[in-house]
Amino acid sequence: MSTNIDKLHDDHHHTPSGIMRWITTTNHKDIGSMYLWFSLIMFFVGGLMALVIRAELFQPGLQLVVPGFFNQMTTMHALVMIFGAVMPAFVGLANWQLPIMIGAPDMALPRLNNWSFWILPFAFTMMLSTLFFGSGGPAAGWTLYPPLSLQGGDSFPFTILSIHMLGLSSILGAINVIATILNMRAPGMTLMKMPIFVWTWLITAFLLIASMPVLAGAVTMLLTDKFFGTMFFTASGGGDPAMFQHIFWFFGHPEVYILILPAFGIVSTIIPAFSRKRLFGYDSMVYATASIALLSFIVWAHHMFTVGMPLAGEIFFMFTTMLIAIPTGVKVFNWVATMWKGSMTFETPMLFALAFIVLFTIGGFSGLMLAMVPADFQYHDTYFVVAHFHYVLVPGAVFAIMAAVYYWLPKWTGKMYNEGLGKLHFWLTTIFVNLTFFPMHFVGLAGMPRRIPDYAVQFADFNAIASVGAFGFGLSQLLFVYILFNTLKKDVTAEDKVWEGAEGLEWTLPSPPPYHSFEEAPKVD
Amino acid sequence: MRISNILLMVIFPTTALAEWETNMPRGVTPTSEVAYDLHMLIFYITVVIGILVFSAMLYSIIYHRKSLGHEPAKFHESTKVEIIWTVIPFIILVGMAIPATKALIMMEDTRDSEITVKVTGYQWMWQYEYLEDDVSFFSKIDNESNVARRLGSNVDVKKVKNYLRNVDNAVVLPTNTKVRILLTANDVIHAWWVPELGGKKDAIPGFVNELWVDIKEPGTYRGQCAELCGKDHGFMPIVVHAVSKPEYYKWVGIQKTNKVAKNK
Repeated sequence: MSTNIDKLHDDHHHTPSGIMRWITTTNHKDIGSMYLWFSLIMFFVGGLMALVIRAELFQPGLQLVVPGFFNQMTTMHALVMIFGAVMPAFVGLANWQLPIMIGAPDMALPRLNNWSFWILPFAFTMMLSTLFFGSGGPAAGWTLYPPLSLQGGDSFPFTILSIHMLGLSSILGAINVIATILNMRAPGMTLMKMPIFVWTWLITAFLLIASMPVLAGAVTMLLTDKFFGTMFFTASGGGDPAMFQHIFWFFGHPEVYILILPAFGIVSTIIPAFSRKRLFGYDSMVYATASIALLSFIVWAHHMFTVGMPLAGEIFFMFTTMLIAIPTGVKVFNWVATMWKGSMTFETPMLFALAFIVLFTIGGFSGLMLAMVPADFQYHDTYFVVAHFHYVLVPGAVFAIMAAVYYWLPKWTGKMYNEGLGKLHFWLTTIFVNLTFFPMHFVGLAGMPRRIPDYAVQFADFNAIASVGAFGFGLSQLLFVYILFNTLKKDVTAEDKVWEGAEGLEWTLPSPPPYHSFEEAPKVD
Repeated sequence: MRISNILLMVIFPTTALAEWETNMPRGVTPTSEVAYDLHMLIFYITVVIGILVFSAMLYSIIYHRKSLGHEPAKFHESTKVEIIWTVIPFIILVGMAIPATKALIMMEDTRDSEITVKVTGYQWMWQYEYLEDDVSFFSKIDNESNVARRLGSNVDVKKVKNYLRNVDNAVVLPTNTKVRILLTANDVIHAWWVPELGGKKDAIPGFVNELWVDIKEPGTYRGQCAELCGKDHGFMPIVVHAVSKPEYYKWVGIQKTNKVAKNK
């Protein structure tokens, strides 16, 4: 079958060469690769900002940067990592994987696909350029709470316009994902036969379409408050600063799941492959993902329990937030049940997926603690929260992305990465990620607020440990880059089905797959 | 020594040594105590769940591996177990929600307070107004910390007493008295937080939030602003002196005399 496809393809597409190939491409693999490379670059840009933060926090007292610049770093680090690193990485994975997983030749809307990628470099050039303005970049936190964000200098309208562009890119990408999944599946692939990664991305795409316009509305209101005399968030004009927080988090909580649902899909793909056993409870995994997505729209105020809500509101949001533990728990239990009595091997993707389960669950536990409003009054806006969301985002989302890259890289390139180096990268990353973020639980509980450039001396020891961990983590990622380039230099040797236990249509294609993936739809029974 | 301490703390977070503070303080008010008790309850529940789940995982990783010749089983679904691991967590959650709701209702009940202090956040200081006694003053970071914290100050901040946690004018509150604290702000959102007195609440310009404290033990309690409020967000500490009621009224008297003297 694979030889047939080879003959059918690669003879009738005329692509420009050089840089124009990348600028004009409408091919899902080219665009997927661009998304992934872009994400990697942003991961290092955001990482450097994190290292500025950790270097300053290594010791009490200010040694390196002034507080205003420190605030620009915390703000930019979050914006870059969320919108520049994690989201584009998942869209890149969707671009590469969705067509070859559902038996399609490409994405449904290839030109739109090109556009949604090429918005990103421009948006980030604009956003990052604000750091070189006289008044500096945005410094009010990525959440842009007014009235503080309204005090911003020249960077303010640039930040907002770039957020608009990022939102546009995400919405276009989401439309493409939905159109592709709903229209281009191979005959016989009913919804409940779709690979779980496809399911999680379908749900994520709906979350994007529902939540991104809300963010656009919120930041537009900020813009008109600042420049056109509206008073949406200004109390003296009849507005309410807390209303911004409600609108922002109505976007923000679905956004959190946009960052993690595709990760669930990746882990649910990798665990069965290396356990040599089918995913346990496929149906319940789909329903759990959908439940998490629906719940994400009625829990937003748990990000702002200290804002002074009525008691009934606090109780409502506490209960709905606690409910999220149930579908999330189901997922973890299903992963463990998938491993149970399997026949496991521990290649790099599996190691990252296993670490994901353990460390994401730890982040889930602290999330459950944060849901308890009386205790949250203590946790809120401390390093305990910083520890929590980094546990779900770094060993959560980022580990899943790393696992996905190791898992599918041989398929994408036909070249096998160096397993020993991959494992070394895994162990360094895992050790340092815990060294960085675990002590943050302690200083947070002991009373250290987040977003401060300097701290009382009782927090010094754990901060020093966290900083050492952060630099170790950052340096370990250079090894990842080395592994990638080292792999790309090799000859094409990978088999069609790279992993013994891998299931799915992508493994029926040659490695690397032909330019138009499935020109003839495969039959799925 | 230190490495063994870290290991000890990772395994038994509550047994940590004093200089390596690892846990939430139990505090000295009814609200801080319920927050602490709830925190520990949920912590232990998650530890037990974690041990169960991770042990199952670890067992599987050790024994169900290909290198040991373990053949994969064929099962891949069971409605029965899915229902079990949906219902059991739900029951645990209900068990957690009941004490949490009770605690919350208690914490939000600001009725029957004896004195009211209005706290206003400014960039970057606090104003305290004792509404019944007509006493009012500003409170900002003490001079020694403020000098030491500058970039390039060359001061060893470890030698500064209560670095970043000291103010020029501390708040004085009576013990064993329900004090209602009204919170607002003049410019941007701040949050007033002294961990040992219980949770924090936002101070929002144009709106008034409230919380209450009933300090059971005399002493000095330190905290700081907990909501990003601009470049000096990290430098607006809060210091509360809790004294007995007679001492408190003596202090109020002195403040009033000073004020009268000033106005003359």
